[in-house]
Amino acid sequence: MSSNVAVGISARRRAGALIGGFTRSRELTLAAVVIVLSALVATQAPNFLSLDNLQPVTTVAAIVAIAAVGEALVILTKNIDLSVESTIGIVAFVVGLILKDQALPVPAAWAVGIGLGLVLGMSNGVIVTVFRVPSIVATLGTLSIFRGLCFLVASGKEINLNDLPDGYTNAASQGFFGVPLFVILAVAIVAVAALVLRYTVVGRLFYAVGSNADAAATIGVRSRLTVFLAFALSGMLAGIAGVLWGINYGAIYANSASGQSLAVIAAVVVGGVSIAGGSGTVVGAALGALFLGLINNALLLLLLPQEWLQMIYGAVILFAVSTDALIQMRTQRAKARSRIR
Amino acid sequence: MSESGPVGALESAPATSGPPPAALVGVSKRFGATQALADVSLDLLPGEIHGLVGENGAGKSTVVKVLAGIHQPDSGAVVLDGAPALLHGPAHARSLGIAVVHQEPRLFPDLTVAENVFMGHTPTGGFGSINWREMRRSANRIFESLSVHIDSTAIVRGLSMADQQLIEIAKALSIEARVLVLDEPTASLSAHEVDRLFAIVRQTRDSGVAVLFVSHRLEEVFELCDRATVLRDGRHIITAPTSQLTAGDLVRYMVGRAVSLFPRSTARIGDMLLDVRGLTRVGAFRDITFSVRAGEIVGLAGLVGAGRTEVARVLFGLDRADAGEVLFDGKRVSFHSPSAALRAGIAYIPEDRHLDGLVAGFSIAENVTLPILPRLFPRLFIHTSRERGLAQGYVERLRIRSTGTDELVEALSGGNQQKVVIAKWLATNPRVLILDEPTRGVDIGAKVEVHRIISELAASGLGIVLISSDLPEVLAMSDRIMVLHEGRISAEIPRAEASEERVMFAATGQFAEDTSGVE
Repeated sequence: MSSNVAVGISARRRAGALIGGFTRSRELTLAAVVIVLSALVATQAPNFLSLDNLQPVTTVAAIVAIAAVGEALVILTKNIDLSVESTIGIVAFVVGLILKDQALPVPAAWAVGIGLGLVLGMSNGVIVTVFRVPSIVATLGTLSIFRGLCFLVASGKEINLNDLPDGYTNAASQGFFGVPLFVILAVAIVAVAALVLRYTVVGRLFYAVGSNADAAATIGVRSRLTVFLAFALSGMLAGIAGVLWGINYGAIYANSASGQSLAVIAAVVVGGVSIAGGSGTVVGAALGALFLGLINNALLLLLLPQEWLQMIYGAVILFAVSTDALIQMRTQRAKARSRIR
Repeated sequence: MSESGPVGALESAPATSGPPPAALVGVSKRFGATQALADVSLDLLPGEIHGLVGENGAGKSTVVKVLAGIHQPDSGAVVLDGAPALLHGPAHARSLGIAVVHQEPRLFPDLTVAENVFMGHTPTGGFGSINWREMRRSANRIFESLSVHIDSTAIVRGLSMADQQLIEIAKALSIEARVLVLDEPTASLSAHEVDRLFAIVRQTRDSGVAVLFVSHRLEEVFELCDRATVLRDGRHIITAPTSQLTAGDLVRYMVGRAVSLFPRSTARIGDMLLDVRGLTRVGAFRDITFSVRAGEIVGLAGLVGAGRTEVARVLFGLDRADAGEVLFDGKRVSFHSPSAALRAGIAYIPEDRHLDGLVAGFSIAENVTLPILPRLFPRLFIHTSRERGLAQGYVERLRIRSTGTDELVEALSGGNQQKVVIAKWLATNPRVLILDEPTRGVDIGAKVEVHRIISELAASGLGIVLISSDLPEVLAMSDRIMVLHEGRISAEIPRAEASEERVMFAATGQFAEDTSGVE
């Protein structure tokens, strides 16, 4: 009798662990969805899976993914960074301007761009942690301020392909064995960020601060410093994304990358990072960027009526996030049940 | 005094016409493993103030919440005017004329006084629009009848606690309540404000309202109430007219709980670790002096709000003291942050219910190492095997039941979560450990386990400060008991002389007058 009970309990535990494992590998689920969806789309639009199509799509997704890694760090700490698109835009423009004036060699111009992103991110961090402005308000402000700075720098000008060094944009279409260079770079950045989050003290603190700020504070975790760091890194990664943006498009305007903040945040959320902070991974955020990039592309290729695209795109985001919430709720109930026994 | 006498006095309750406006009949209520109320009956009569007293956790709040419609009884019933009533929720209870003033005012701080008074039954004009003038006029009328001056157009945020308490009462009266329940309304009021409140409560009673006054201040019960009911461990002990009771009677009825035995091996008391002298924090506690030696468990007893947690917060660097000094290991210390206290060797385990002190999405191992992470891995990289090894040691030592150190803490039972919290703080290697209500909300099995752990920690040479509202727990565990009453130490009782009565007298501030009579 009692052994029967024990078997029942362990079986239920195992089932609970299985469901838990399934949700914890949200990344795997998303990867599977991407594959299945790609196969489905390919049957309707055969050129979807061609290299000519996938290379530019994944290159853009890689840029979004890099910014999404930074955004994920911020959202993990229970904050949000709305200003990434302005950072991407101003960095792309400033780098282009430096190259146009031939003021610095190319690598130095990139370094200035990434440094600018870091400085802008740090200023976000200061506003949030020192002046205690809620991050949604603070970055709503800097979203406009950084864009305004970009207009100021541009003063009506724009950067064309002719202004840039010869072959400057080639990097965007280069790759190894068909894998675009930007994708390789994004994978490297995601890998480093994932390892830092998983295996370093600082990474652990990102989760601790976002999950339970009070508990973190009573044990002397410097949560403000952690939040500052998240914003600084988000700015720096947006800076990298800005440099890549310029390389990819060749033509840079003062309003480049407008609207990308929402794409970046959508990628993070679809990738399973909790908007309430404290849970999720950068791998998920990057896969979210890939998923949304492919969806966008598929909707175009499927020759759906133009006016429907925006709505379907939005519905996909809602579906992805609400399904996840549903699974989370189920597993928590299952866990609660197994706890009560 | 035997219990039969005062119980018989029930019949001498004021004569009334008809059934009482509100009564509890045989009400039981269970929360998980805790029997909050067991077969409790009491009646509230019009024109009478009925006092409800009991220790922390005796079931007073549950009675209030059952009357307020927040909790539904498992068995038994709320009887209104002689007919059993099923209260669906707070709004339903209000609509039946039961007004409840909770311990902490529950107002909308950004709305005006008048809006708060009439929240839920705002006077309306045509098309359902709010009739502001009528609302203000009615609010003013209520405040006039209470002879208090509160601007009904003022925003609630920023008003004193006393004024907010009065708004709660005005809110109660605005529905023409027949039953008024006051849950420890004096907890945050000054003496003068208490007098004003009492005048209003008496005035309300004289207008024919049945009043239930919940308090743990015995002097207030005697000053204000006509009858009093004592609860203990969720059970009804006695109801009698206050004129037939003494403070000593009440204290004896309040204590005397069943003592469950915990393993307590007396440790060898060693050197002085913590010496607190004249510690004062304005508005929280005054002139607190006590010491803790290695291997010693010092109990901090007292009622909720007596200032015990506030003392602990200062010792741990979460708050600052205004006066007095703390010597740790013979050296004067003043911690400006919890990390400084932790580095010195003082750990404070705050009162935790379930996950409050833990990171839910973290495993056991990740939670245990969190406070010492930078110290444990100064090169920044986490060695998961070392981390798990360290956690495994605590899992075994504290007997945390889990599938392994990788199990998420949110999957553990409440008692095991509490053990993870203890493990987390032990990992900081403290020399003095302050525990705040370590067994509240855990079941009896886990409780005994926690007591075993505390006892073993003391035996290993830690100095322990045990804050607990559980009298038998404090008595069984402590080498010495410091009793706090309203922010002051009202008694220091050595283990050999400790009894529930002595602690309770000191905790209710009855120490000076009544001890001679008890012995």
